[in-house]
Formats: sequence, C-alpha cells, structure tokens
Amino acid sequence: MEQVIANGLYLGAQYALIALGLTLIFALMNVLNFAHGQMYVLGGFVTYAIYGQLKLPFVVALLCSGVTLAIIGALMEKLLFRTVIRRSKREESTMLLAAATAFFLDAVMLLLFGEKQRGVPKIISGVFVSERVILPYDRILVGVIAILMIAAFMLFMQYSKPGRAMRALAQDRVAAQLMGVKVERYSMIGFALGAMLAGVVGGLLVSITGVNSGIGGPISIKAFLMVMIGGAGVVGGAIAGGFILGMMESVGLTVLREYGDITYLVIFALLMIFLSIRPHGLMGKPWG
Amino acid sequence: MGSEMINRRSTLKSLALGAVSFLAIAAGGAFSAQAENKELKIGFVGVTSGPAAAWGTSNVRSMQTRADWLNEMGGVKIGEDTYNVTIVTFDDQKDPKRAIAGMEKMAQEGIHYVVGPNVDDGAAAVRPVAESKGIIYFPYAFPKALYAPPASNAVLGMVANYQSGPAIYKYLKENKGVKKVAFIAANESDPLSQRDSGVAAAKELGLEVVAEKDTYQNDTRDFTPVLTPIVQLKPDLLVLSGVAPANAPLLIRAARELGYEGLISAETAQDATVLQEGAGELANGFISVGGASTPEIRTPVMEEFIDRYTKKFGEYNDESNTKVYALEYIIETLKANPKAIDDVEEFKKTVDTFSAPNPYAKDSTLKYVGTTSFGQKRQLSVPMVVTEFKDGQFQTLFVGEVD
Repeated sequence: MEQVIANGLYLGAQYALIALGLTLIFALMNVLNFAHGQMYVLGGFVTYAIYGQLKLPFVVALLCSGVTLAIIGALMEKLLFRTVIRRSKREESTMLLAAATAFFLDAVMLLLFGEKQRGVPKIISGVFVSERVILPYDRILVGVIAILMIAAFMLFMQYSKPGRAMRALAQDRVAAQLMGVKVERYSMIGFALGAMLAGVVGGLLVSITGVNSGIGGPISIKAFLMVMIGGAGVVGGAIAGGFILGMMESVGLTVLREYGDITYLVIFALLMIFLSIRPHGLMGKPWG
Repeated sequence: MGSEMINRRSTLKSLALGAVSFLAIAAGGAFSAQAENKELKIGFVGVTSGPAAAWGTSNVRSMQTRADWLNEMGGVKIGEDTYNVTIVTFDDQKDPKRAIAGMEKMAQEGIHYVVGPNVDDGAAAVRPVAESKGIIYFPYAFPKALYAPPASNAVLGMVANYQSGPAIYKYLKENKGVKKVAFIAANESDPLSQRDSGVAAAKELGLEVVAEKDTYQNDTRDFTPVLTPIVQLKPDLLVLSGVAPANAPLLIRAARELGYEGLISAETAQDATVLQEGAGELANGFISVGGASTPEIRTPVMEEFIDRYTKKFGEYNDESNTKVYALEYIIETLKANPKAIDDVEEFKKTVDTFSAPNPYAKDSTLKYVGTTSFGQKRQLSVPMVVTEFKDGQFQTLFVGEVD
C-alpha cells in the first residue's frame, strides 16, 4: 500500500504542475486552452533537443523550454487571442482558436521532431529501495522540484505585483481595469506564464516519460479533468485536482486490476456524479 | 555612354532569353522523358498523425523511398509498359470512419492496390469498400476474418502475433526456463486481441499465466502504478502485448525500476533508437519480433534502402524493415501478371503461384503465405526475425517463417 501511495503522490505532483498553467489562463482570460498539452510537448522537445541532442546541462534545457514557451504564449495572446476576444462576442470563438492552435502545433511538431518517441538520459541514476517502497531517485527529484515549483508559483501569485494584478484580473476584469491594472499587459504575462509552466513541466518530465508528437491531446484532456475536479480557474483547485487524480489512478490501478481497465471508467463515472452535485468543482471559480 | 547602355541591356536580354529558352528546352526534355512512362498509383490509408503516427508514417516513408528509387532507375516495367510509381496517401487518424473515406478516395482515383490500414477496426471498416470497388489492400491488423474466406481482398502485411507468439514462448520455455508469464496490454482492440491470443498460446504450451487482465490507457505516460501489482507477482516473462513503440521503453523502464528481473518480450516490431533513448541499458535483454531485418540477414539492397530512407527523412525507423515489403510485393506481383494492373481478380489468381527473389533478405523469396492461419494465401511472407535488444542494437535470436 505504501508503494501505491508513493506512486499516487508522485503522479499527483506532476499532474498538479501540468494543470496549473491551464487553470491560470482560464482564470485570466476565460480561455479553455486546448493547446496546453501541445505546449507541454513542445517544452519536452526543446529539452530533448538541448539536453538530449546538444548535450548541454539539463537546467539550461529546462530554462530554454520555459523561455521558448513563454515567448510563444505571449505571441499567441498578443496576436491571436487578444484579437479574437476583441472582435468576437461569442466565447466559443476562443475555444475554436485554441483547438486550431493545438492542431497547428501538433502538425508543426510532427514535421520538426518526427513521429518517434524521444527520450533523454536520466538526470540522476539509482533507485531508492526499502522494504515497502521502491522509487527511482529521478522520480523523487522530479516530485520535489514539482512541489517546489508549485510553492514558488503560489508565492509569486500571492505576493508579487504581477501576481496580485493577475489575481485582480481573474476576480473582476472590469474592476481591475478601473483600478488601473493594465489588462492587456497582464493578460499577456498570464498567458506567457501559463505556457511557460506547460513548457517547463514538459521539459522536466521528458527525463522520466519521454515525449512524442502525438501526446498533446491526451495531456490536455487529463489537465482538463484535474481542473474540473478542483474548480476551473482556481490555482488551489488545480493542485487539489492533480493530487486527487494521481491518487485515484494509483489506487484504482492496483485495487481494480482484476476487473480489467475500469479505473478510468470509475474515475469518469465518479466525476459525472461529482459534477452533478458540485458543477464548479471543489473550489468554484475564480480565485474565490 | 547611351549606346553602351543599350548594348549592355540587349546583351542581358539576349542572355535572359537564352537562359529561359534553355530551361524551357531542358524542362521539355525532362517532361517528355517522364511522359514516356505511365503512372502507377499505389495508395496508402492509415494513421500518420496522433499517438500512433509512427505506425503509418513508417509505411508511407518506406513506400515513398522505394517509389523514388524505382522512378530514379527509370520506373518499373510491367508487361509492355513502363510505369513511374506514385504514392497517394490518406491519413485516417486511426478513425474507422476516416479510413472508409480514405478507401473511397482511392477508388475515385482509380487505385486498385492500397497499403493499410494500420489497426483492426480501420481494416475491418474498409472491407466493404475494398470489395465493392475492386481494391486489394494490405492491412497491418490481425483479425483472421479479414483474410479467411469468404473475405478475399485483404492481404496481411506482416507476421501476426498468433504466429510469432507461440514461437517466442516455446523458445523462451525451452532455452530460458520460463514457467510463469504475465501479460499486459493497452486497452484497445489490437493489443487486447493480441493479448488474448498470446494468453491462449502460453496456456497451450503449459505455461502458468499469472496476469492476463492488466491493461493501460494507450496515452499513459507513467507506467509505475500499472506495473506495481504485476511485478509483485514475480513472473519469469512479462509480455507487452501489441505494445506501441512509443510505450515499450516506458514500460520496460518502469518494470526494471520496480525491481523486475525477469524477461520482457513483445510480438510487435520496435525501434532500436526509441528503446535506447527511452530505457537505455534497462532495455537490454528485451525480446521482440525485430522488424524482419537484422544486419545478419540484410542484403545490399536493404542496406541501400536504409541509406536512402535516412537521407530522405533524416532518421531511419526500424519498423520499415517490415513495412518496405508491401510495395515490393504489389509491384512484383503485377510484373508476374500484368493483367492484374487494373483487375484484382487476376491478382488473386496470381498469389497462389507467385514467387520472386527477396531483394531485402538473404536466402529468402517473396511469396504469399497464410494457408495454415487463414485457409488461403492472404499474407505476405516476411522473415520472422526474433531479436534481443542489447546496447542499442537488435541481435538475432532466431529466424522463423510463417507456414
């Protein structure tokens, strides 16, 4: 059982980190970013190219993943989403734009990086073995980094000027604008930050799970699941959703294995029941 | 000064006209050389995007590489005519509905020979279209109903797991002392059917199957939770039924990191680079059906194919060791019976007696097989090369043959 809990906690930490960027963008701009998974994948490929191919240090690769995705996120917000939000009165326009961006990024990555699964050398070798738990050191390291990044992100949102501005935007866009918050600027920063988070997680996890150009869609779906559980647009909700999903997966795959692949069936069934009782998820929307 | 300018301008004009004329003549010449050859369109309907893109992409790239090579050599002579080969592709996105649309498109283009689809449901879905429109298709899918009478238009493009599995288990039982086997498969039709036939084959050999219901989502990125309970059962052999090349290194790595020390095998072709990058030395000892070609059995033609593929697409895919065969069979069968070029009934007549030298493997012939499994010859004979992965390379364990 200890192994199952350790697996769940590790999965939860990485899931929470994946969901953070998605929920941030939703909170700030009411945009369901269907391209979040593709951003994660692109971050993974950047790390693969720099760490795996060019043999530069992993930290440098991770930074490059973050910066690349931040730039792409900022450009997407400025050139695409801002324009569509300004011109369209229908909310689904941004959803369609996000879906189109996802397909576009999928196609570009397939062309640039090919169809194969890519992996990089382990960042740290060895396995921690005790009587009850076996965990490779690289997973422990990634789990710790994920938790540190979540903490740093929350502190940034809580205490920094941009963080406060973004929280204000998420709470009430018009009121924030009236109070002098530069809406366009902080929307762009928020989108870039969300994209950067996706890129950094992609880069971080490429050392454990590798990356391939087709996994963007499934990653996005999983991120949406976590956000739905925790409450769309709520940072704490995304974190809670990530850990809940990670633990449910880990426990389900062990306890229900005798019955075939019904773990996700059970998770989806529970989610439907849960959402019918609490449609806004655990923590509602937005920052609360 | 003025006349100098005029002269220079006239000279430039003359040069430009000359260059244009030369290009026009050269292009015309090239065109007329091309125009001498007729066009033979061969279709592909399969998955070239999404998580399973690797399966179809290796098909398409193999076909394009070989077609370019043949065209470069002047085309292929079928009967009295010489043809340039054109590959027409359609990405079905692993969606049976799109696969049907793709096969309809091939029919509209007058194509009679189509490679693909890559998965069971797609291959089953296109059957009515292929049979009604006179198309022979070469799926990489294993349902026997596609190849056994009354079906007659599908030709299996590779060795099926129910053919390779028993051979592998028997070898491992006799040579490695395997007694307990655990199976794990993705929760999709192909891997599940492969798992079921693998379980049946293992039981028939008298092996104890300790896990036969464990599955995972194909988009799983972390296999530790899935494998934790299986590793605790301590099987001698862990079979990754129908595992996609993208998932194999992740499963191997997770199992080894959980302390699993037994053997791991798969009945699907894998890619050495992907295994090395994803699992490194943890993949050493992994047994798979190694893509119908290892350095020991390769001919110079295969070496050149790999070289051309790598130059064209930047990186070779070991799955293409198998995927290279379909186009070769189509062309060689048409050469053997030119009437089949637009009459698939003639093609069906030819498969029973067809035989040609195998350009890609030593001591091997191209022939249609499948009588034992399907009751008729509806399978390409490709070498069944069972390999063991070691330090970034596949090493041959044994070479078998279907039928």
